Amino acid sequence: MKDLQNNSSDIKVVDALPSYQGPGFMATSLDKAIGLARKNSIWPLPFATSCCGIEFMATMASTYDFARFGSERLSFSPRQADLLMVMGTIAKKMGPVLRQVYEQMAEPRWVLSVGACACSGGIFDSYPVLQGIDHIIPVDVYVPGCPPRPEQILQGVMNIQQLIGNESLRRRNSPEYKALLASYGIE
Amino acid sequence: MTTTDKPTIDFIVESLKAKFGDAITDVEQQYDFTVIIIDKKNIIDIFRFLYDDERFQFRFLTTLCGIHYPAFEKPFAVMYQLHSLVFNIRLRFKSFTTKDDLKFDSLTQIFSGANWMERETFDFYGFIFNGHPNLKRILNVEEMDYFPMRKEYPVEDQTRYDKDDTMFGREPAGYKKLT
Repeated sequence: MKDLQNNSSDIKVVDALPSYQGPGFMATSLDKAIGLARKNSIWPLPFATSCCGIEFMATMASTYDFARFGSERLSFSPRQADLLMVMGTIAKKMGPVLRQVYEQMAEPRWVLSVGACACSGGIFDSYPVLQGIDHIIPVDVYVPGCPPRPEQILQGVMNIQQLIGNESLRRRNSPEYKALLASYGIE
Repeated sequence: MTTTDKPTIDFIVESLKAKFGDAITDVEQQYDFTVIIIDKKNIIDIFRFLYDDERFQFRFLTTLCGIHYPAFEKPFAVMYQLHSLVFNIRLRFKSFTTKDDLKFDSLTQIFSGANWMERETFDFYGFIFNGHPNLKRILNVEEMDYFPMRKEYPVEDQTRYDKDDTMFGREPAGYKKLT
């Protein structure tokens, strides 16, 4: 604790929010406070179908340690997840399954598309493969690579964290967001 | 079970020719595999005969699939491979047809294992198997409206939009081929 206070340690804690402080109180914006809490406690749902999923396993393991970013706990139930991580080739037959998983997630929800296949179909430019998951669900961050290294996946998650931290609390009720979902035919 | 000697391939072919005559159109040797070209009208009779006859006992259907040879006079074929587990003999059969006549008799009445293979063959080539209990797509999405392994359809997915230059075999709008 002493180390943290005198800043001589490598361990970083999140910076305090810009706020107005006085004796015994601190005032800040609700958006920012909630964003700070949300972005450092993401529960990801790994939807791993192929080799990018193997890279994700490395990302979870001790060397890269995904848990450092507040995502210690993977949620294998979409109902409790905040972030859908799609890693791997999505066959057209898998499309409706992926979509149902997305629909079962509660708002606010984010989607990270990992790897060339999930982003665009990748090398599988052929009849059975969905040419990018953004044909069926909206995507927040794309991670390129075939497969991407764990550092890239972490970068993608950090970009998601930025989105979450800066998101307005009103965004999910905005007409733009509703129009986006409507364009995918999602209620 | 009666013990009989292992029949030679030639003997099997001769027996088939003696019993079915013109239904055996041709016999080829592809590497070390004997391929018997048969008329699709007699498929059930031939396979039933090979199945029941104690001298052959072809009671295992290894595989079955469709083939499309666009250059052939009869461009569509169904290929079957039978295995006699008792004598350890394998045989391959092909039956050719034209695009207007893709109806075959279903083998499910002899081999239950033909069920999914025939569904796959229907799924990818559009062959219709008469007497199949549940002939619908098995591997592709049910909404698919074509038969993707036929050569007249492109293998690439037509919903792709990030690869529209000539490097990938697609021609952008207005592109003129060099002659």
